[in-house]
Amino acid sequence: MSAPKRIFVKGNEAIARGAIAAGAKCFFGYPITPQNDIPEFMSSAMIEAGGDFVQAESEVAAANMLLGASACGIRALTSSSSPGVSLKQEAISYMAGCEVPGVIVNVSRGGPGLGDIGPSQGDYFQAVKGGGHGDYKLLVLAPGTVQEAYDLTIKAFDLAFKYRNPVMVLADAIIGQMKEPVVPWVPENRDPNEGQDWGLGGAQGRAPRLIKSLFLDDGALAEQNLKLQAKYQAMRVEADQEMFLTEDAELIVVAFGSIGRIVKSTVRKLRGQGKKVGLLRPITLFPFPSDTLLSLAKQGKRFLTIEHNMGQMVEDVRLSIRTVADSAFHAQLPGNLPTPDDFEEPILKALEG
Amino acid sequence: MPSRVEFREDRCKGCLLCTEVCPAGIIQQSNRFNQKGYKVAEVTPENMAKCKGCAFCAMICPDYAINVFKTESGGKA
Amino acid sequence: MTQEIRVTNYPEVLTDRASHYCPGCHHGIAHRLVAEAITDLGLVDKTILVGSIGCSVFIYNYLSLDAIESPHGRAPAVATGIKRARPDKIVFTYQGDGDLASIGMAEIMHCANRGENITTIFVNNTVYGMTGGQMAPTTLVGQKTTTCPGGRCREHEGMPIRMTEIIASLGGVAFAERVAVNNIKNIKKAKKAVAKAFEYQTRELGFSFVEVLATCPTNWRMTPLEANKRIETEMIPYFPLGTFKDALAKEEK
Repeated sequence: MSAPKRIFVKGNEAIARGAIAAGAKCFFGYPITPQNDIPEFMSSAMIEAGGDFVQAESEVAAANMLLGASACGIRALTSSSSPGVSLKQEAISYMAGCEVPGVIVNVSRGGPGLGDIGPSQGDYFQAVKGGGHGDYKLLVLAPGTVQEAYDLTIKAFDLAFKYRNPVMVLADAIIGQMKEPVVPWVPENRDPNEGQDWGLGGAQGRAPRLIKSLFLDDGALAEQNLKLQAKYQAMRVEADQEMFLTEDAELIVVAFGSIGRIVKSTVRKLRGQGKKVGLLRPITLFPFPSDTLLSLAKQGKRFLTIEHNMGQMVEDVRLSIRTVADSAFHAQLPGNLPTPDDFEEPILKALEG
Repeated sequence: MPSRVEFREDRCKGCLLCTEVCPAGIIQQSNRFNQKGYKVAEVTPENMAKCKGCAFCAMICPDYAINVFKTESGGKA
Repeated sequence: MTQEIRVTNYPEVLTDRASHYCPGCHHGIAHRLVAEAITDLGLVDKTILVGSIGCSVFIYNYLSLDAIESPHGRAPAVATGIKRARPDKIVFTYQGDGDLASIGMAEIMHCANRGENITTIFVNNTVYGMTGGQMAPTTLVGQKTTTCPGGRCREHEGMPIRMTEIIASLGGVAFAERVAVNNIKNIKKAKKAVAKAFEYQTRELGFSFVEVLATCPTNWRMTPLEANKRIETEMIPYFPLGTFKDALAKEEK
């Protein structure tokens, strides 16, 4: 029987399916709302796919298992939600410092602290500015639909191995819990020797390999940091965004993830009323689509950033366009579920200036 | 069967654990400092004849600073 | 006709370099027992070392193996990830008492309880050595350290933890023994225990664990010989030597 042409699944399940399609062989997780569908699905699906599954004793342990498995050059992932992702930060910093790949999924919820179990985008800073210690960056991908959650999870693994860097898939409770049709696909032409030229596996017939991030010798840590920064610069080519009706727009709304997708509906409605508004939806939060934003700013367009937090991505929007423009900001307060109508007034207000 | 020990004086840290375990009691602290400033252990040439070749000293040495040798008869002529 | 033979044959996997360990520190002995075990069992080529945070953070400089640094306390989780990714490899962690029994308590207990087919060598010297001699979960009552300068007190700090007994109580554990390396008799037993631990891993019997009572002359403010004596006079009475779990011994009964 051939694979289904279309399945109707939650975002959480789409992410898990995408990981398996991408060839992930290990999943390490822990229960936390609103992403429990991921470990639950993986506990059987990963085994059926010939991989392995561990419900770890904590998110800390799961992230460290990811460090270990990734150090062997195999595709592995962990998932959690905001407070659990806070726990993973040390291990993530190690992964970045040791230059091992690996995917961390954050189905974010309201914060700070225990917050709530609903959606929010309050982890932007944690994801993009480095929730862990030291000068490092994660590639961060932010899906806006369930199909995109599937697609970007596959992309996350490719990028992780391309750059030998951890990658985060940043979703939220809306994307995680809603059901949409997904066309599943399996990437072709994967390199069978991926990760084997540097991964740990026992030093048979070769010199031993060391996966480490400790550099105590004179000048060694400086050198390592320069190397990492060069890598993060090289990552800039991966910047990606969706541009919707931006060409003749007077006002560009900048929004990511589930909010980007909701804003798209608002923009469509306002366009029906003749308002010249458009949407720029960053898909990669790091690297940020700064160049695209700047070129729009240079065309004289104005900006409104809308996020499900108290103001995080807006700082990067302002940074990108600072030489020529500024961005207004509208907070969708954490704890409130937005609808397209909620954004009509703030967009019109920003359009009128 | 004569035996002897060789101390790698550059590796010895002068911990003297070897002096505790030698059944012949022939290891002692010398008066020599190595380059790292450790007062190394030794077996004097006179005492070497009493070495049993048990290698207990090497077993406890945390720095692998001791090598032990035994002289064996090569078989019937 | 006579011929001189070398009695001491250090395994090749033990690198030939001076160590940073203090005079009289027992780490060197423990490293050598691991090197001998994996050499004698023919495991060197497929062994992966998971280091930890403590004086032994540089163990990868002394054992010529594929290796990874893990965050403080997390080595058993990192090792779990490695073993699940590469089940055909031999994976072991090497940890001190702060790393394993304090911050890493959850990781070691769950790794052991899951019965991960890995080996943990636990070097217990009753202090945090690398950071300058602070109190550890295994510090003895009355023992003075930099964070219990008046001596560990039961009412304030609780009692020292006996890890081997706890690990032995967990279902996934195949082998748990406590050894010491303060004299030749104990070193010989320790060598056997370490070898057994790795052998049990090759047989996929579950988690194997060896606690090695060790000295820290510098932070105990003792000479190496005095510190060595303390193993016998103070540590062994509280941390008894012996086998606390042996999956195969049980079957033979």
